[in-house]
Amino acid sequence: MGVALTRATQWSAAGHGTRTLEVTPLNEAILTEIVMFVESFIYKHPQEAKYVFVEPLEWKTDLDPSAFGSGYIVSETTVNSEDVDKSGQPLLFLSVPQIKIRSFGQLSRFLFMAKSTKLTEAQACIEANRNPVAKILGLDYKVIDEISEDSSVLSILDKITKDDDPASETKMKIAMLLKQLDLHLLNHTLKHISLEIRLNPGTFKNDIELLKRFSGKGKQTVLEFIDYTSDYEFSNGCRAPPWRQLRGEICYVLVKPHDAEILCVTCSKGGVFLNGGKTDDEEEVNYERTGEIYKDLVTLLREKSAIFSENMSKQGFLHVRSCHLCTEKVRVSEGQQKEKDQPDETPRKTEDATLHKASTASHRSALESSRINLGKKQMTKRLEPSLNWKTTVDAKGKRSSVRDTQGGKHEGRLEKPRPSILPGIAQFRKSVQKVEDIISDSTSESEEDEEPSERRKEANADLPSEYWQIQKLVKYLKRGNQTATVIALCSMKDFKLAQETCQLAIRNVGGLEVLINLLETDEVKCQIGSLQILKEISHNPQIRRNIVELGGLPVMVNILDSPFKCLKCLAAETIANVAKFRRARRAVRRHGGITKLVALLDHEQNSTEPTYSSLYETKDVEVARCGALALWSCSKSNGNKEAIRKTGGIHLLAQLLKTSHENMLIPVVGTLQECASEENCRAAIKAERIIENLVKNLNSENEQLQEHCAMAIYQCAEDEETRHLMRRHGGLKPLASLLNETDNKERLAAVTGAIWKCSISKENATKFRKYKAIETLVGLLTDQPEEVLVNVVGALGECCQEQENRVIIRKCGGIQPLVKLLVGTNQALLVNVTKAVGACAVEPESMMIIDSLDAVRLLWSLLKSPHPEVKASAAWALCPCIQNAKDAGEMVRSFIGGLELVVSLLKSDNKEVLASVCAAITNIAKDQENLAIITDYGVVPLLSKIANTTDDKLRQHLAEAISRCCMWGRNREAFGEHRAVGLLVRYLKSNDANVHRATAQALYQLSEDADNCITMHENGAVKLLLDMIGSSDHDLQEAAAGCISNIRRLALAIDKARYPYNSNRHYKLPSITQHRTCHSHAQEP
Amino acid sequence: MEQRVLKKLVKSISSMVKSFKKSEIECLIRIFHSLVKRADVRLDNTGLDRNAFQAILHSVFGMTDDMLMNRVFFAFDKDNDNYINVKEWVKGLSVFLRGTFEEKLKFCFEVYCLNGDGYISREKIFDMLKNGLHQQSPEEATDERIKELVDIALNKMDYDNDGKISFSDFEKAVKEDRLLLEVFGPCFPEAKNCLDFEALAF
Repeated sequence: MGVALTRATQWSAAGHGTRTLEVTPLNEAILTEIVMFVESFIYKHPQEAKYVFVEPLEWKTDLDPSAFGSGYIVSETTVNSEDVDKSGQPLLFLSVPQIKIRSFGQLSRFLFMAKSTKLTEAQACIEANRNPVAKILGLDYKVIDEISEDSSVLSILDKITKDDDPASETKMKIAMLLKQLDLHLLNHTLKHISLEIRLNPGTFKNDIELLKRFSGKGKQTVLEFIDYTSDYEFSNGCRAPPWRQLRGEICYVLVKPHDAEILCVTCSKGGVFLNGGKTDDEEEVNYERTGEIYKDLVTLLREKSAIFSENMSKQGFLHVRSCHLCTEKVRVSEGQQKEKDQPDETPRKTEDATLHKASTASHRSALESSRINLGKKQMTKRLEPSLNWKTTVDAKGKRSSVRDTQGGKHEGRLEKPRPSILPGIAQFRKSVQKVEDIISDSTSESEEDEEPSERRKEANADLPSEYWQIQKLVKYLKRGNQTATVIALCSMKDFKLAQETCQLAIRNVGGLEVLINLLETDEVKCQIGSLQILKEISHNPQIRRNIVELGGLPVMVNILDSPFKCLKCLAAETIANVAKFRRARRAVRRHGGITKLVALLDHEQNSTEPTYSSLYETKDVEVARCGALALWSCSKSNGNKEAIRKTGGIHLLAQLLKTSHENMLIPVVGTLQECASEENCRAAIKAERIIENLVKNLNSENEQLQEHCAMAIYQCAEDEETRHLMRRHGGLKPLASLLNETDNKERLAAVTGAIWKCSISKENATKFRKYKAIETLVGLLTDQPEEVLVNVVGALGECCQEQENRVIIRKCGGIQPLVKLLVGTNQALLVNVTKAVGACAVEPESMMIIDSLDAVRLLWSLLKSPHPEVKASAAWALCPCIQNAKDAGEMVRSFIGGLELVVSLLKSDNKEVLASVCAAITNIAKDQENLAIITDYGVVPLLSKIANTTDDKLRQHLAEAISRCCMWGRNREAFGEHRAVGLLVRYLKSNDANVHRATAQALYQLSEDADNCITMHENGAVKLLLDMIGSSDHDLQEAAAGCISNIRRLALAIDKARYPYNSNRHYKLPSITQHRTCHSHAQEP
Repeated sequence: MEQRVLKKLVKSISSMVKSFKKSEIECLIRIFHSLVKRADVRLDNTGLDRNAFQAILHSVFGMTDDMLMNRVFFAFDKDNDNYINVKEWVKGLSVFLRGTFEEKLKFCFEVYCLNGDGYISREKIFDMLKNGLHQQSPEEATDERIKELVDIALNKMDYDNDGKISFSDFEKAVKEDRLLLEVFGPCFPEAKNCLDFEALAF
């Protein structure tokens, strides 16, 4: 606390001898902190509280002896504590008004008794005991000045190690506690000081000018008038007479609010307060302070005048001002309330950061930072006395000279200076701003503006030594000629550039701008060195962003045209590192980078191009490799994939794929794999006969290469021709053999993915069986990460399309693990698992196992999944289950609420879900009882409602479902009533034979109702059905013929009804009876 | 010049310099002779003197640093007679135009080493780097800065920590980082100028 007391507190400048503490907010804050510390001492450190001070703390107290209670021996003018030291002396002795206290315990109790006057007491105590630490701990611990500060700690430690009696141990503890308090106080005061530092002539001037603009007669104004007492302004911006400037006073203002008398206000560095006032007849102002100190003019006026406060908020003036204060030179014309509070937090955060730092840092660094705080403090202290304008000027001068040395690139950069470049400090501030989210962009360069960055710099004093060394090197980069620059660059390369500390250090000292700037020169060596560094540090995501922000990408893209191959390589490699995020990739494309990178791939042409032979040369293959590396990063954006394809990149990649350099192949295949996600690129890949080479590289030794090849195949094998190519080039066998290596999960995922997509073709599935891949896949169903599982299950699902494969899966015990996966949550996995289970269920024997595992219930519950794909897949899987299960009807009914759920899914708007549910309903409806139930749930109107579709898959399954549902009650009539019939007739115009058959069968069922026949006839079904009779599909033929005969018979019946000898006008009845007989006839042949 | 003499000269030089074809050597000799004449030298000498050579370095090869050109002259002038004869000319150019890495390494070291004591001392480095910073602050401060820069360079290249750079130090450092080849100033013409010269000469 010694340091805080000597340095931070503001002592009155009045005179010698007993100086007094001024009543300023800062001092008050410090006193409060001290009081809090002392008060809690007795609880927090009961042991140390008993420690007896070397010398008593002695001061004049206002406390009456009567205030002392139990534990004290009280007489009229003296008080003795009952606590005594070893020699019997009381630890507290009061002889009005002098008090002597000799332990923290007594101090605590004393302050407790002082109650409301504790602050005054503490103040008196500190005023009387200018060096309390020395009195408490003895002269050894006396704080002389800040330099001997750390040595005093050392001497304490020394002492402790020498003599180990318990007293000195407590002594040391107290010393440490006091030290902590001291640090705490310093940090605390820093907060105040940082707030105060804004109070300078400039801010007051601005405030007063602003207030003046809003003053005048009338209700809307904030004040009647505001003016200085003196028109004369000193060159330092102060208006107070020099002898008052000594006290930090800046100017005096006369203010007349609407609702109060004229106020005479003193504006000083320490704050704003009312003074004794200015008498009319005298020129002098009565300088004595008569009121409280406020932090600024507006706060004071708000306190004094209600109208001012009210009008201020109307004017939105406060906002203007607070912004103005905090972000210094930001001018915002209109107030926006929501932004009001934000700037205020900024300095605070910085403080918090420093505070945090101090508290967490080790003792040494804590000491160090306290010294820094001190440095800071001294500066502000220096600002306080009268000649303050001089010191500020000094400080400014110094600061600008600092900036000169750091931001020297304005003066002379090598050949091509970059005018747009920001000085290092500004960049630094930019990053600080970013962290603190300052909203304004319009900060202009000014002295105050530099302040936060300066401060941050000081706070960073405990940075590693690399920081300072790098800073030095960057200076050489800025100011050196080519030779010096190369030396600095080479030296910088020796730092551990892979470490974040170094990376950030380079950025924070403004190195990135210089490095990028160097790229724009003609000096090859500087370009090389700079790129070598950029390449390393751009592994850091933050640095990448900074490089893009500083416009590094276009420069590097330009270098791709350089005649020096090694420059091309380095630029491409750096781009590969930087282009890891979307904005960067887009920037590469926008500046024509993709074309140039693709050109790098063309190494045959490259070698014919004129190039400069030089020592730094690299092979053409290397150039191509770097190009591929950069393209790989870039190809993660869709726009770039297209650009690569358009500039002929796929062709060149295909050429490179024929080489056998592994480190070339990885980026090449990686790029191809990324590109393959685009339809157009896949076509190009197919055209370039790339599959062949991918297969070749599957046999490589390199795991990463295998992985990317498999990924590329996975993407490409969506296409049927590619799948056949895979088989023809013998790619299935290496895939199958890679399945056995399960350690590398990424590769396993890629390989299983490739197998999945390849096995979509049946021939491939057969091949896989030959290679025993099915068994291996079943083995992979357990203990694998989800990415692998999805692909494994997908592959099994596809392989199950083959009957023999299904048998293998059952025999290997694959059904149990599959069913277990039904309870997962991964959407993609569930889609594949349901498909695989459904495929297995086609086999009656497998179905028995599935049924015994209660998998149908699990499938059914997946119908409730939120993902439509899972729903559809589950519904499809249910179809074979219901088909092949024993007692399927009973089983379905046993799922409570299951049928209702299925019917309700018909309300979905996803076509795949609808089609699958229709298929499920077709199977459910085979059981009469279940059909009755779903009819009750309103299946007929729901099916009719979706009949108005053009999707052939849905049409087919819908028609099948309708024809099944006709089998119950008066459902046929119901479909007619819900206008499904007319829509169904339209299906006959579709091109899909499956739709024709299903529709004809549905129409045949529906035609047993006379009204439906009429509708069909009206919709022109007869002609369409007649065409169908000519089909080679027997089912279709039969259904079409049956339907036509039903319609025909009705027509006959109507004819008959017209004849007089048959007066029966109810034509329905004969038609039906007739139909029945005819129907039996029709079935006979 | 007589054809026979020329042939003989070409033959003797081509046994020394392998990187040029004979026809190329012939061209270089012709250029040398035309330069000698143009350089207006006294009759008794047989080569280019320092000023003439520096003028060539400047105008043909675009080199600018006077001090280094001077040093390059000494590196060319193997027999230290202050003139560059035709053999030295061809040999030097072979390093300039076709030099292998090792040759260039040696050449640079010779340029930087200057007085032939086999070391590049701290003082020599200081001399070579003293114009390395753009003038800005007062002389003294700049001198300090240069000294620091020399320290940085020594720190990087002086492997045996004897305060000076020996050839093995130099070789090791440059092999580690080729950028350090012309560490104390450009000794070679730029690649573009070389190509231009070759195009012109052959």
